[in-house]
Amino acid sequence: MASLAPTFGRGAMTNHWVDIKNADVVLIMGGNAAEAHPCGFKWVTEAKAHNKARLVVVDPRFTRSAAMADYYAPIRVGTDIAFLGGVINYLITNDKIQKEYVKNYTNATFVLTESYGFADGLFTGYNEAKRSYDRSSWGYEIGKDGYAVVDPTMQNPRCVFQVLKKHYSRYTPELVSQICGTPKDAFLKVCEYIASTSTPDRVMTIMYALGWTQHSQGSQMIRTGALVQLLLGNIGLAGGGMNALRGHSNIQGLTDLGLLTDALPGYLTLPRDAEQNYDEYIKVRTIKPVRPNQMSYWQNYPKFHVSLMKAWYGGAATKENNWAYNYLPKLDKNYDVLQAFELMGQGKINGYICQGFNPVASFPHKSKIVGSLSKLKFLVVIDPLATETSEFWKNFGPQNDVDTAKIQTEVIRLPSTCFAEEDGAIVSSGRWLQWHWKGAEPPGEAMTDPEIIAGLYLRLKAMYAKDGGAYPDPLLNLTWAHKIPDHPSSDELAMEYNGKALADLTDPKDPKQVLLRGGQQLPGFAMLRDDGSTSCGCWIYSGCWTQAGNLMARRDNSDPFGVGQTLGWAWAWPANRRVLYNRASADPKGRPWNPKHKLIAWSGTAWSGSDVPDIRPDAAPEEEVGPFIMTAEGVARLFTTGMADGPLPEHYEPFESPLGKNLLWPNNPKVVSNPAARVFKGDMEAFGKPKDFPYAATTYRLTEHFHFWTKHAEVNAITQPQQFVEIGEELAKEKGISNGDMVKVRSNRGEIRAVACVTKRIKVLDCGGTKVHTVGVPIHWGYTGVTRIGYIANTLTPFVGDANTQTPEYKAFIVTIEKA
Amino acid sequence: MDMNRRQFFKACAAGLGGSSLALLGFSPQPVLAETRNFKLARTTETRNTCTYCSVGCGIIMYSLGDNAKNAHSEIIHIEGDPDHPVNRGTLCPKGAGLLDYIHSPSRLKHPEYRAPGSNEWKRISWDEALDRVAKLMKADRDANFVTTTADGKVVNRWLTTGMLAASASSNEAGYITHKLARSLGMLVFDNQARV
Repeated sequence: MASLAPTFGRGAMTNHWVDIKNADVVLIMGGNAAEAHPCGFKWVTEAKAHNKARLVVVDPRFTRSAAMADYYAPIRVGTDIAFLGGVINYLITNDKIQKEYVKNYTNATFVLTESYGFADGLFTGYNEAKRSYDRSSWGYEIGKDGYAVVDPTMQNPRCVFQVLKKHYSRYTPELVSQICGTPKDAFLKVCEYIASTSTPDRVMTIMYALGWTQHSQGSQMIRTGALVQLLLGNIGLAGGGMNALRGHSNIQGLTDLGLLTDALPGYLTLPRDAEQNYDEYIKVRTIKPVRPNQMSYWQNYPKFHVSLMKAWYGGAATKENNWAYNYLPKLDKNYDVLQAFELMGQGKINGYICQGFNPVASFPHKSKIVGSLSKLKFLVVIDPLATETSEFWKNFGPQNDVDTAKIQTEVIRLPSTCFAEEDGAIVSSGRWLQWHWKGAEPPGEAMTDPEIIAGLYLRLKAMYAKDGGAYPDPLLNLTWAHKIPDHPSSDELAMEYNGKALADLTDPKDPKQVLLRGGQQLPGFAMLRDDGSTSCGCWIYSGCWTQAGNLMARRDNSDPFGVGQTLGWAWAWPANRRVLYNRASADPKGRPWNPKHKLIAWSGTAWSGSDVPDIRPDAAPEEEVGPFIMTAEGVARLFTTGMADGPLPEHYEPFESPLGKNLLWPNNPKVVSNPAARVFKGDMEAFGKPKDFPYAATTYRLTEHFHFWTKHAEVNAITQPQQFVEIGEELAKEKGISNGDMVKVRSNRGEIRAVACVTKRIKVLDCGGTKVHTVGVPIHWGYTGVTRIGYIANTLTPFVGDANTQTPEYKAFIVTIEKA
Repeated sequence: MDMNRRQFFKACAAGLGGSSLALLGFSPQPVLAETRNFKLARTTETRNTCTYCSVGCGIIMYSLGDNAKNAHSEIIHIEGDPDHPVNRGTLCPKGAGLLDYIHSPSRLKHPEYRAPGSNEWKRISWDEALDRVAKLMKADRDANFVTTTADGKVVNRWLTTGMLAASASSNEAGYITHKLARSLGMLVFDNQARV
């Protein structure tokens, strides 16, 4: 999500599952939808059957997605930027770009300042000691009118298009083939398929998942895909888009709701230490347009923020106290999970609460994770299942060889309900908030998560009210308008995040006209105010539970336009729009690029069509209001200042690379791996070297299992009972390993034992003369559950994350393998 | 006659309505004589969403019990929601096993406590559990809460206890969790989206 927001303005799947049927080309790369998202993959087969779509799969393994593909090309793990950078070079060199789209809907025409530069694999502003960039040299040239300077001819050597062209001219098919191990003819064939969608009436969708996210340069991999789509004019159209297939059923929702170290609900952000002044905090987030007439929707930040503070703190948030600004903790740095476990290992964290989350299995470098948990004073686990994390202190033999008596952590395990035993909404990848209903009582004494949180809150509040303690104000003043205080209902909570009027709201143009009575549910975020007269717990969800009731509970599956938008099924954020940036589905005059799959069009007075317009409804085309309403530019960003590790994606090797060098910069050892990725002390040393660990490795899911959950379900445990790893035939022969043998797979951090599955699906790759074998490690086993006991796959994976998101590099590391 | 799949199912399953069976073109008597009642006929149907990946497949859960106070409810069958625009009644190998997830032998039933150094769980009550957790949290917060930095900046944060939130819990659980965590001043706070 950290790549889509800096590029398009919002961090979410641009289209949705059913819409995939409208694609002409489907590129699956960095994901394996056929096995990981099978019922969503149905829409790829639908596109093939009914829209003559072609499916192209690029993956280190010949997956079941690849088995359905019209064309498959192999790639070495962790080299997707090189591949896609090569695609960009191909598109520009062969004039296969959608020029009118690029000119009008991206920042290709924007002129950069003279201070921007790129040399020896580094962008300007690099600080080697801090491993980070000062991004101030990456901006636009500002004209006398105060707006960014543009060159509609795109000939200025400092305009984004020319800079982009020059940057990727190095990514030749020959070099791509050497880095990626993809045969040159296969790479070019993929380019041809992709380039076929550069005409205005053809679209490609890109479906990706954690195969792009989980790299030290994962956000930039996704951004490279986004650049390809922008050059082809494929964003905002039916059947197009950057479709991030999220891993879990409500990851999108938890992200929308801002449960991250530095976030607040609705992609608002927490203040930093330096932001002591409330007005300054608000001002830098209230983003003004950098081109005339643009919506730059973050201009409304104060309305979203004040309404959130009113939802949380009610009457205690006033204009006089800057809407309780002091109640918000200020950040000295981000405390993402890798940072948290690093500090825990240093003994700087005393308590930890895991709510439905199993870090022992899910986080990299398992021995470091268990070691860190062992230093806690107390651990609280709230979960429906007996997870590895809750039993990290038990000795399970080689799978978890700990000295129980020495672990002084107090552990409290609380049983929670699962989906079937509660009401509520979860958000699918396509941003649909779908309400679900409770079907049975939970087992034993299990309670819902809101009940458990309420139980803790009411106890803490009572203790602070009685005994006092550190800064009790936010706790004592927290709104808690629940009919049964220790049983907050899902209805009440959903109504709270939708928001309501706190006083009568009048029309700004006609103060006599009352739009909404105090106490009524808001119809949407357009009604939010920054004067304290509205409350709203998550502005992007405003509109989900209005005076008309719970729109997330709607189940009308009619599709009157036949393009799959089903506007009456549940509710999608924002404002029930199903395809983000759908203004870009029409040309600058407002006529659909592809009349066959029309989303919206300009009628002469308004925008309308099969989807809710993602633009001001009366924005006439002559006003030139850009389709990317969340950006200050009004257009999408091919070049951005929003990324920590560079304004344009550049290929770097994984931190553990079987080549040990970056073929783009073979003479600069500083840019082998992402120079802006954070590496903790000691972890750099824990990376292996190719001479000891010569084989590339990657982790992945099987279609029969979901993470570490289904190993607790009998039918799934029967279908895939035992842990295995996959290797190609050539490596098996070299190592004398036969199908079914027990093998040891070792990285510099630990060892697992599993059955070998020798397969034709993984081929040896030729990377510029170096042979690279790949070892595939499915993730689903552990030491609790009803499958056979297995090793945590993350025993092997490295403790380093993406430079922007700190998402760990699970998908590319190095190992060695031998017969056990 | 027009019938969608579920109406058909209801009409067939009941074994009661002469009228509905007659609608299907059967005469009621022989049908009643030949079939035993479908187990699902006595169940309550509840719409839900698959809890695994992000496709968001619609499911229908069939449970025993009629919501009466003393009737113990139990889900006995789950299938794809045929009306759902995305999955159209289908489920994948993961989703097809949802019933076994709900009834997994690994489901936790009671609060439990593991003392420092101990090798076993001890069952405790909810009151004991929540009292203990709240007490541990308050003690740590009061001891380590940072109101101002050395250079006088107001920061109001608590860094010595952290929290990880779920990835499959509902929005409402996430929302109320966030509300509490921030009000405690927590910054060591993340969810599964991170990984």
